[in-house]
Amino acid sequence: MKHTIQALVENKFGVLSRVASLFSARGYNIYSLSVGETQDAEVSCITLVVEAPDEKILEQIKKQLHKLIDVITVVDLTRRGYVDRDLILAKVNKDEKIGEVLSKYMIKVLLETDEYYLLEICTERQHEEEIIKDLEKIGIQELVRTGRIAISK
Amino acid sequence: MNGAQILLKSLECEEVDTIFGYQGGSAIPIFDALYGSKMRVIIPRHEQAAAHAADGYARATGRVGVCFSTSGPGATNLTTGIATAYMDSIPMVVFTGQVKTWLIGNDAFQEADILGITRSISKHNYLVKDVKDLAATIKEAFYLARSGRPGPVVIDLPVDVQTQECEFEYPQDVKLRSYNPTMYGHPGQIRRALKTIYEAKRPVIMAGGGVILSGASKELREFAEKMRIPVISTFMGLGVFPTKNELSLGMPGMHGSAYANLAITECDLLISVGCRFDDRVTGKLDEFAPKAKIIHIDIDPTSISKNVNVDVPVVGDAKNILAQLIQEIKEEKITEKKEWIEKINEWKKQYPLKYERKEKKWIKPQYVIEEVCRMADEDAIIATEVGQHQMWVAQFYSFEEPRRFLSSGGLGTMGYGFPASIGAKIACPEKQVILFAGDGSIQMNIQEMATLKTYGINVKIIILNNNSLGMVRQWQELFFDKRYSGTPLNNPDFVTIAKGYGIKGIRVEKTGDVKSAIEKILKFKGPILAEFLIEPEENVFPMVPAGKAINQMIGGMS
Repeated sequence: MKHTIQALVENKFGVLSRVASLFSARGYNIYSLSVGETQDAEVSCITLVVEAPDEKILEQIKKQLHKLIDVITVVDLTRRGYVDRDLILAKVNKDEKIGEVLSKYMIKVLLETDEYYLLEICTERQHEEEIIKDLEKIGIQELVRTGRIAISK
Repeated sequence: MNGAQILLKSLECEEVDTIFGYQGGSAIPIFDALYGSKMRVIIPRHEQAAAHAADGYARATGRVGVCFSTSGPGATNLTTGIATAYMDSIPMVVFTGQVKTWLIGNDAFQEADILGITRSISKHNYLVKDVKDLAATIKEAFYLARSGRPGPVVIDLPVDVQTQECEFEYPQDVKLRSYNPTMYGHPGQIRRALKTIYEAKRPVIMAGGGVILSGASKELREFAEKMRIPVISTFMGLGVFPTKNELSLGMPGMHGSAYANLAITECDLLISVGCRFDDRVTGKLDEFAPKAKIIHIDIDPTSISKNVNVDVPVVGDAKNILAQLIQEIKEEKITEKKEWIEKINEWKKQYPLKYERKEKKWIKPQYVIEEVCRMADEDAIIATEVGQHQMWVAQFYSFEEPRRFLSSGGLGTMGYGFPASIGAKIACPEKQVILFAGDGSIQMNIQEMATLKTYGINVKIIILNNNSLGMVRQWQELFFDKRYSGTPLNNPDFVTIAKGYGIKGIRVEKTGDVKSAIEKILKFKGPILAEFLIEPEENVFPMVPAGKAINQMIGGMS
């Protein structure tokens, strides 16, 4: 099962590599990782989406993360109410069918050139895959996305 | 003051009296500051030995061991020692020289990313880029190394920071919001643990290295005797409970005693104190302590329910938790476990640790160990390398007190014992220090004979020579159809090697000469090497084959 874990860490040199190498050294599966400052410039927030095959491994992931000296708190958001988002940027073909997609979902057109529309998609997770499917029909030239960030309710 | 002087001054503030280190381009300012200083510096012949010696110093005393090296190859040579200390939770602070700050990342001469390299083998590590941060970093490093679950902490120190000037001010205390080890057991868990213990009919305590690290040996003894519970000591815990005590069951696991393994298999409650259920202890996990509830006392939450599922976890320092338990004991609830203790005594009688005592062509290694144990001072410190001799020492040397047995348990580092014995002797000059080594492992750091000679360090080196990497040879004999690949050793003449280093050496070839030889080396004033030619095909039994349950031993119950 996938879990969204939020770790607040000291905003210090090397913290991200400590977290990343913990996952590789212990063989935990990680889907996405994103890191950024919080309202407190001394604290960063690392959001991890991990695959934990069972409770035991999930517990280990949380405890091992917490054991890192620079990690302040570790919360498994999956257990609580939370809102999460990631951001997708995509270049899609110039096709009039785009109008339909744009009206259906919350999508921003950031740029229009002769070759493509540059779209910004930031929506709920369950809609993302639908949107991507619809865009594939139009033709995706390039697509990138951030790791997920999440916040508790 | 410059960075190197601040470093020394900080070490003084931490009451460090000895450091182990090796020169090099990025360590010159440190050595320059040491010139004429009061700090005792021991210079080995290889950086790996500096790390192991600091580790031996720490294990023998409980204090933080300190070692240092130059950048690049000097630092990478320390890593085996850092990893060894990390696996056994030994407090150490390790300084590595680094290239100048503005050259970092440029593939400069003797540059290595030691922060990246040591990330997964140290408790924490630092790169100090500004001399103003140095004193506070050292304070923090010592605090981290010795608190909570101890471990090695690395400080990477660029050579220009070593020469930068700054005023010295050593911080009074350390505040880390992200690091607060739990020191006392939760009162609710203490009560739950006691209730579980009162209800048990066949309880057994398994004590590990954590008991030594927290200095909880006295509390452990008091608790076990009050509650009448037999005590197993893991390899890392040897010495926490006196072997001679009637409740002592010795070592469990792969080369443990049959009675310890049977006790684990039959018990209805396993109280683990400061051990992490290493695979060498548990054997096949599904069949480990199948009838038992498990209480796990450990300061490191990650150790709990990592390998075995725990019924009553108690996170905290072993010494405090045992004291809490002792304080809460209600005498009237303690039950006599007469039947259980009788059963265990029966196993002890039926399946003792043994070896063939009939005199043969070759010397029996176990006999040498027993005789050393009989003749050495009661408080002698015993170091070992890794392999068969290590397991024979664990089985046949009786350790009555903690901090008398120095051996690489978790990492199993050949080459650890000799430098560790040097560190121990320097820490405890009044104590007898004896090293047991195999012919393979002694050669991993044999160059340290030069260190013995240079400083006149009185370590007794005993080589149990079977001209083979015996432990692997044993696996090949038992599980690889006697295909002895990579294990036979073509050895040098160890006595001549010793002589070359200016150290006395003797060779013992006959069982009849063993006693007089041991007497001689123990009485000899100064370092000495004794090589015993042992039975080449001697195996370590009992043995639990890999992947088997611990009650399925070879040679333990025949």
